[in-house]
Amino acid sequence: MRDKPPATFGDRLGRVCLVAFCAAVVVFLILPMLVLVPLSFNAAPHFTFTEGMLRLDPDAYSLRWYRTVLEDDSWLRAVRNSLIIGLAATTIATVLGTLAALGLASPHMPGRGVVTSLLISPLITPIIISAAGMAFFFGDIGLAQTHAGLIFGHAALCTPFVIITVTATLSNYNLNLNRAAASLGAHPVTTFLHVQLPLIAPGVISGALFAFVISLDEVIVVTFVGSLDQRTIPRRMWSGVQEHLNPEILAVATLLTLFAALVLITVQWLRRRGVH
Amino acid sequence: MLSNPRVRAGALTLPLIAFLGVTFIAPLGAMLWRSVHEPLVADALPQTLALLEAWDGLAAPPEALYRTAAGEFQQLQASRALGGVATRVNRVQGGSRSIIMRTARELRGTAPASWREAMIAAHPAWGEAAIWGAIRRAGERYTIRHYLNALDLKQDIQGRIVAQPQEQRIYLKLLGNTLAASAAITLICLALGYPLAYLIANAKPPWPNLLLLAVLLPFWSSLLVRSMSWIVMLQKEGVVNDLLVALGLVAEDGRLIMVYNMIGTMVTMTQLLLPFLILPLCAVMHGIPPLHLRAAASLGANPRQAFLHVYWPQTLPGVAAGSLLVFILAIGYYIAPALVGGRTGQFISNLIAYHMQYSLNWGLAAALNFVLLVCVLVILVAYNRLVGIERLRFD
Repeated sequence: MRDKPPATFGDRLGRVCLVAFCAAVVVFLILPMLVLVPLSFNAAPHFTFTEGMLRLDPDAYSLRWYRTVLEDDSWLRAVRNSLIIGLAATTIATVLGTLAALGLASPHMPGRGVVTSLLISPLITPIIISAAGMAFFFGDIGLAQTHAGLIFGHAALCTPFVIITVTATLSNYNLNLNRAAASLGAHPVTTFLHVQLPLIAPGVISGALFAFVISLDEVIVVTFVGSLDQRTIPRRMWSGVQEHLNPEILAVATLLTLFAALVLITVQWLRRRGVH
Repeated sequence: MLSNPRVRAGALTLPLIAFLGVTFIAPLGAMLWRSVHEPLVADALPQTLALLEAWDGLAAPPEALYRTAAGEFQQLQASRALGGVATRVNRVQGGSRSIIMRTARELRGTAPASWREAMIAAHPAWGEAAIWGAIRRAGERYTIRHYLNALDLKQDIQGRIVAQPQEQRIYLKLLGNTLAASAAITLICLALGYPLAYLIANAKPPWPNLLLLAVLLPFWSSLLVRSMSWIVMLQKEGVVNDLLVALGLVAEDGRLIMVYNMIGTMVTMTQLLLPFLILPLCAVMHGIPPLHLRAAASLGANPRQAFLHVYWPQTLPGVAAGSLLVFILAIGYYIAPALVGGRTGQFISNLIAYHMQYSLNWGLAAALNFVLLVCVLVILVAYNRLVGIERLRFD
């Protein structure tokens, strides 16, 4: 329905340039992630494309690295640690972060700016600072080299993501619904559990996924605070990369990217279901 | 009391405030404490330090000082604690560790008439003021020397604050490099991200959603994996070099060195941080009605004028939000420089990690952390002024 003036040659050229430039940026964003996938099926113990791979010779591809990972105790332990730490940290971060977001969303919240800054600060603070502080303090109070120390540390780093995601959802939430429930005699807790929580659930779940993804990717706190017993997937990768980059790590990287894609699809799906 | 809405709202945030108090604020406090409090040498050499306090640093050290120091060194050596003390003195003045260890070894089991002569015989440095000054400095229980060190300064023997010798000035330069590289990365992100954000906000369906997926997939993916993939892309036998050779742009023996240096760090970090710029920018661009550009055109503006005077000014809040976020995140980066930065592409975080893990100079690591934290806070204040921290969101 737009009645645009006819495009001149210059307009069209500009448009083509814009699209070509953006295509290049998209390639820049996506290509490094896609490159890992075929290399993880490399039959040779390299992380470069072999001639056989380029000829699409089926013998140049194999699942051997995936098999190595699945048969390796150190990887399985890392998966277990990542799940324990990630799920526990996500639970803490989601509960505390959602409560805090509800408080911050209230029009009566005292000192909102200061409190928001404080609660978001783990996101802005360089990770090396948080991790070093945790190494000192958790060492003093006996939490160093324990799963609990890593769970608390990761929960602290993850809460800002929960707060940001839930706050964004709450900004679309109609507070009149709470008032309506209250006027019908519902207790605030009942109102929250039966009216508000179901409606903001997509945001809360997105926040939880965000928290889990952050924990699943965290290396430095695990390095500074944890010991060999708390090695997580990224920590195991980290030492692998520094020793010798082999396709075994690329296989794990491919699985992690696949997981990220699943999370992305879930979050997009949740967004569509969210309150708007 | 909970019927007061202010109290109720505040109470909802209290559990998290308490939790972060223990898991985040207290650690920062512990680190601040560690950066100014170093009791090890003070506890190990109490009598020597008391005598040093009385000495003016100019006259020849008295025999009592030699006797006391030798006695305390020997005690510490017997309890295997001398190494730690010597290491700390060494951080004040290079070379001190070997002087102290060698002297303690040579004096073991002896009872000379003159401790002064015996110590100078063990190492001539004991005849000069420098080593005594270093011990006194290292013996300060509460000290600013880690901060001085972090700022490439030191105290000389008379206690004056002077610059470190040229070859030892590394921290300010690295901090400057970190800030400069972060600024460059922010500008590159802006140059790459602005057009893409524009297209996402203005293209016809289904393109906006598809392009947004291209931004969100990296956003949700592991930073570690993405840093690693740039090694695969940029290394000598990597994808980019292979492509350039195949296209005949680069000779087989002239493959480009693009990783394990600053180029590797910059390319990788640009890709890692680009989504943080595009997403807030898209949000702002979505709110600009296309009508504005058409109105400008109908009033006779050519596309360039319309962009410069109508569109660009309206996107400035998004530009500020995205750029400052990218800049803040960039200066604290650790993983990417550690993996792809090699020797020349390191950031200040990497040196802090080195002091945490290898040199074990935790006081210096803590002081460097606070210098970095101050930098971040300054930018954060700017962010809060220009954007408002409450508006931070990722969709």
